[in-house]
Amino acid sequence: MIITRPRDWDRVRAQIADLGATSVFIMGCGQCATVANTGGEAEILAAKERLEADGVTVTGWSVGEVACHAGGQRLEARKHAGELEAADAVLVLACGAGVQTMADATTKPVTPGLESVFLGNVVRHGVFEERCQMCGDCVLDRTAGICPVTACPKGLLNGPCGGMWDGMCEVLTDRECTHVAIRRRLAEQNRSKAGAPLPPKDYSKKLKPGRVDIRADRKRTGEGR
Amino acid sequence: MSRLRDLLDSGSFVVTGEIAPPLGTDLSAMRASVETIAPVCDAVNVTDNQGASLHLSSLAASRVVLEMGHEPIFQQTCRDRNRLALQSDMLAAWTLGLTNLLAVTGDDPRGGDHPEAKGVFDLDSTQLAQVASGFNAGHDMKGRDLKGATDFFIGAAMFPEAEPWDVQQARIEEKIAAGVRFFQTQAVFDIDKLARAVDVAHAHGAKVIAGILVLRSPRVIRFINERLAGLMVPAHVAQRIERAEDAAAEAVVLATEQAREIAHVADGIHVMALGLDAAVPTIVRDAGIRD
Repeated sequence: MIITRPRDWDRVRAQIADLGATSVFIMGCGQCATVANTGGEAEILAAKERLEADGVTVTGWSVGEVACHAGGQRLEARKHAGELEAADAVLVLACGAGVQTMADATTKPVTPGLESVFLGNVVRHGVFEERCQMCGDCVLDRTAGICPVTACPKGLLNGPCGGMWDGMCEVLTDRECTHVAIRRRLAEQNRSKAGAPLPPKDYSKKLKPGRVDIRADRKRTGEGR
Repeated sequence: MSRLRDLLDSGSFVVTGEIAPPLGTDLSAMRASVETIAPVCDAVNVTDNQGASLHLSSLAASRVVLEMGHEPIFQQTCRDRNRLALQSDMLAAWTLGLTNLLAVTGDDPRGGDHPEAKGVFDLDSTQLAQVASGFNAGHDMKGRDLKGATDFFIGAAMFPEAEPWDVQQARIEEKIAAGVRFFQTQAVFDIDKLARAVDVAHAHGAKVIAGILVLRSPRVIRFINERLAGLMVPAHVAQRIERAEDAAAEAVVLATEQAREIAHVADGIHVMALGLDAAVPTIVRDAGIRD
């Protein structure tokens, strides 16, 4: 899931002031931002209270099923057409994808209330960790299911670097060196030969902006008919 | 041609030192540092934004060392440049007459003076050594022929005391397979651990130049143990410097003892003066390495 953090409220307040908005509609997200406790119903009501304390009218709010779904967000905008019409701006408590989807679904100025930080694993409720960079060129087959691009602070494919000491990382000193962990697991699985050195990464696999169109792919290959 | 390579190949015990380019354009302090240490060194490392902190480039500073009549070891880290820039600078280095290349990862930016910077790490040190080997063979990373190849003497870093040892051993072998022919190590305090690393390198035909720190004050030791890798300086060494009446003088005596011990095990010493440049000629002379 996409992990978000609340944006500093002074900054959100300044964004709304910059827009000259005295009335705001708040849009949340029923998926990631709800699980991250940043854009669910509870957080929207808290934002509403803060806005009203700042003298801003909240014309309405909604938590759609998933903020980054274009069709779903358009439907949500139609359901709340009157409240949106009455607002000077829309505050979105969702990731950057959700903010942009909302910006496409309304003519009103849209402004973000969260910071999008990473693709996260849910370690337990409220605790998230980054394990994948979505690099488009997966090396987990060679690294015992531990991603060095993400877990090593330097993102080195081959390591450890010269700072490893007693099996620990030199940058995040309370953590084991990722490359020590990879080599240990490879050895435990009798796969030491499968390890380093890995070749340089192909960053052309991750050129911006990403786009996947499985319909076009199917049409081209003739599959799925 | 690399004189450092010739000396190591001929079995000579070598001495290397280290200088840091300035933060700015005034080269006078760097030149003074070169004048102090280079006469007793076979080559001098020129650091590349060391400690992830801004300095004049190693490329330009290495050329200055060369023009002063000394042999530089051009250090290149993977932190600040992508593969295009790294390759471009390596070609430039060769045309500037720089024949020794030390390929290192580089410290993480968050520990330096520009913690907001993006760490590039497009390549890692092993891959950078592979690229340099390709240059020596006359081709770039894409396998295209170079108009004019290089003949770099390729070096890498090594940390003989860091555990787990099997991981370090594998790294040494990987780097040698990537074309590394000499290693310069982090500071060595345990000669047995240095010996095991030298054995691995020698088994594959690579040389080892062992690191010595001039631990001129308890403050420097605290800095190393807190800011650099691990608890590198062992307690008994730290106590010896702390209890000395003249810490700087004791540091020189300690470094000299270490140099004598290393001479029995490795192929050279790499003296990191940590600001006490004047100590380098003393250490080299008192250890009996130079007259």
